[in-house]
Amino acid sequence: MPLTMHQRFSLARFLRGPGPETGPVLLDRHRVYILPTRQGLLLGAVLIAILLGAINYDNALAFALVFLLAGLSVVSILHTWHNLLGLRVETGRCPEVFAGGEARFTIGLRNETRQTRPAMALILPDGTETVLDLPPGLHWTTLSRSAPRRGRTALGRFQLATRFPLGLFRAWSPLELAMGCLVYPAPAPPTPLPSGRFGTIGSGGAQGLGHDDFTALRPYQTGDSLRQVYWKAVARGQGMHSKQFAGEAAQELWLAWDLLPGLPTEDRLAHLCRWVLEADEAGLAYGLRLPERIIPPGSGPAQRSQCLEALALHGEQP
Amino acid sequence: MIPLRPGRLWLLGSLTAVLLPPLLRLPPWFTAYCFALLGWRSAIDLRGWPLPRRRLHLPLTLAGIGAVLLGYRTLFGPDAGLALLSVMLCLKLLELRSLRDAMLIIFLGWFLVAGVFLVVEPSILLGGYLLLTVLLLTAALIALNHPVTQTGPPRFYLQLAATLLLQALPIMFFLFLLFPRLPGPLWHVPQNPNLGRTGMADHMSPGSIARLADSEEVAFRVQFEGKIPPASQLYWRGPVLWTTDGHRWDRLRGAATPWFSQPASHEALGQEVRYALTLEPNSERWLFALELPATVPHGFDLTADFQLLQRRKLNARQRFELAAHTRYRTPPLSEEERRLSLQLPEGRNPRSHALARQWSTLAPAQIVQTALALFREQPYWYTRQPPLLGSEAMDEFLFDSRRGFCEHYAAAFVTLMRGAGVPARVVTGYQGGEHNPLADYLIVRQSHAHAWAEVWLAQEGWQRVDPTAVLPPTRVEAESDQQRFRSTNPLLLDRGQSWLTRNLARLRYGWDALDNGWNLWVLGYNNLRQEELLGRLGLLRFGWQGVVAVMLATTATTLGVVLLRLLLQGRSQSEPVLRLYARYCRKLARIGLSRAPHEGPAAFARRAAQARPDLALKIAEISELYIGLRYGHADNESTLPRLRAAVQRFQPPTNAR
Repeated sequence: MPLTMHQRFSLARFLRGPGPETGPVLLDRHRVYILPTRQGLLLGAVLIAILLGAINYDNALAFALVFLLAGLSVVSILHTWHNLLGLRVETGRCPEVFAGGEARFTIGLRNETRQTRPAMALILPDGTETVLDLPPGLHWTTLSRSAPRRGRTALGRFQLATRFPLGLFRAWSPLELAMGCLVYPAPAPPTPLPSGRFGTIGSGGAQGLGHDDFTALRPYQTGDSLRQVYWKAVARGQGMHSKQFAGEAAQELWLAWDLLPGLPTEDRLAHLCRWVLEADEAGLAYGLRLPERIIPPGSGPAQRSQCLEALALHGEQP
Repeated sequence: MIPLRPGRLWLLGSLTAVLLPPLLRLPPWFTAYCFALLGWRSAIDLRGWPLPRRRLHLPLTLAGIGAVLLGYRTLFGPDAGLALLSVMLCLKLLELRSLRDAMLIIFLGWFLVAGVFLVVEPSILLGGYLLLTVLLLTAALIALNHPVTQTGPPRFYLQLAATLLLQALPIMFFLFLLFPRLPGPLWHVPQNPNLGRTGMADHMSPGSIARLADSEEVAFRVQFEGKIPPASQLYWRGPVLWTTDGHRWDRLRGAATPWFSQPASHEALGQEVRYALTLEPNSERWLFALELPATVPHGFDLTADFQLLQRRKLNARQRFELAAHTRYRTPPLSEEERRLSLQLPEGRNPRSHALARQWSTLAPAQIVQTALALFREQPYWYTRQPPLLGSEAMDEFLFDSRRGFCEHYAAAFVTLMRGAGVPARVVTGYQGGEHNPLADYLIVRQSHAHAWAEVWLAQEGWQRVDPTAVLPPTRVEAESDQQRFRSTNPLLLDRGQSWLTRNLARLRYGWDALDNGWNLWVLGYNNLRQEELLGRLGLLRFGWQGVVAVMLATTATTLGVVLLRLLLQGRSQSEPVLRLYARYCRKLARIGLSRAPHEGPAAFARRAAQARPDLALKIAEISELYIGLRYGHADNESTLPRLRAAVQRFQPPTNAR
């Protein structure tokens, strides 16, 4: 990737990196920077002092010591730089969280060399630093940042840096990965699920079927209530199946924006969020009606995350 | 606080190691104070003691400064400075809080090593030890900068530190050789008082040379061009003593007589002997040249009595290229010189004078022979512990005790000569030397210190007479004196040594040769040596700019090699995986199944398996292993050999069955 002179010496590139990127990012020599640390400069001053003493006293061993330490410092530049060079950064998953929790971004660091890369620091803009050793191979690490508000939150800019081995120089590479974390609204305190004509369509139990009178079996899905599991089949070694009841299709629960008049937007979203969670817990089929979006009734984890996502992104430009 | 227990233990250990050489030189109470501070710090790290309170810092610091003042009466100068630095380092260790503090302490540790170099002139052993402490400090610095809890074994830090230092070593070597050295100091340098305590004095009284006889310290080393002259000619001339009060002998001062500052001259009777002499640091101004000196090195004066005196004393090891005439004739005696070489104190040593007057009718050469016969035939003994002599020292020695060391014999002989009217003087210096057969040079030790006499004879001029050498070996009193006596007596050298003695001697000579090389090429590498070396290498032709350019080029080359090594050893571990996969693809291409550039390994495997169902199982196996290694979490150690074996076994037949 040849760079123009202007690009090569651009301060923004130096400080911020090339901007959000997707996919694996290789830290090649164009994007690993290195400068002396404060301690490195201090050692420079100490070495100058010893050199002056050596010149003045014409002391051969003091000369030798200065030259040895100067050589050591210069060699350490290469080692520090090489410690970071060639690292591959991969984007990982970032599971959704509820507002007020911590967004956890998983980042893969792939060390393709045969040596451990020691003391690698991941530094977030707020200054939090995670230091780890990277043996050869791929390592997943998690960067956390608080997610106070619902919506999509980005990891933002961070740095990979290392001062190893001597701490006299610091090599770093600014990075911005195109990773976002979906933050659901924080659920309101538990409230009963809505009922009645606003909440349900159709009437349950008309055919008078009991819990044992299921009409069909379908493979068990995460999120199905354990009460629905057809345990007899499990006992016969036929796997987990959930019972489906005749009335279920008709028992549709609508969680609607309009059910919560007079509340501010965020509170409404919080209540809807709580309802989605409870309906899902109860294994009910439910739909969600928001001013700009209607999600038809359904159940299971896919439905849950679809609804929560709609709540999280409410009011945001798609 | 730094979360770095292993780092801090490294810091403490390496610092103790680096503090040992200076601390062992300092007064004991001072050493005890520093060790107490170090102990306190280890209790903090190992036993979890709290850090000392802030209000304790001032008293502790004042106590340290007080200890330095008590010992040295000053805070400045190399010795006091080193003491101050040591105690400050221990105190800083007590208030260690952050990584920044810890790194500062490592830097000060390195500085302390430089301080030791400035204060003492280290032997190879101390130099090696200090290099080891530099290694430990470097390992500590690495451990400090590795703040991860699952730290590696201590060997890891030591190995890495050693690697870094080894890579820095060529840079050090080139800079050491080529960095332009300045001829003079930048500011005033106090004379180093720790060098050259023992050595030849500028006067002699009975016992003054015997004092040196025990010292195995090296006075100087000599490398001859060609054969080493016989031991009977190896007289290294030092102070020449003219005036006496009957007990003590003194040299002439420059102001004593106008004759003395005239340039000396002599007529050579044989070939010139050329040699290089490396003088150890001493406190006097003599250059102990082989008799008689034929050249005068720069910065020296040759006095009328053939002493080589340095104009401005340099307290450092110095190397000289010299020449000598071992056979010579000196010009006629001046009036002044004759008067000085005949004077004796009035009324002292009457019995010696009476004896000498009996001989005065003889010819001068006969007088010399008569005096030597006296020492040879009468019961005179050679001993390092002669009885103490009173005010009539020569009389007591010649007639009563008859026991003495070389200074007794030389003084008594000159006294007798002067009493008999033969001009004579005492010469002190060194005699003989130990031949190092491994590196073919001569080691002259303080124990080779000697005194002999010179008499003036009309035909030959000044002639050397060594009265001690006429004593028969049977009249050496103590066994311990035998060896010294033997070395003055060339015929008795190297006789009847056991195998063990021979090998121990070989070891000793090997060590001395090493020490000599260290002195010459490491400690003694100054601007003169540098010019000599660079001239010989032909580098000076391009001026100092050329030298600096070579220095930078060699340093850059070293760095290039280090970088290359880093890049090669850090080569991607996926490389063998890629190579194996490429080989598998080539094998498939041979049967007409080429992988399209955009095709992923899984897609290619599907297509290949469809085209050649007979190979499907093998293709699936290889692709799975490859994908696992390249993109998944597959363990390199165990999976890579499996992939290699599978690719090797994979021999697709051209035609499908």
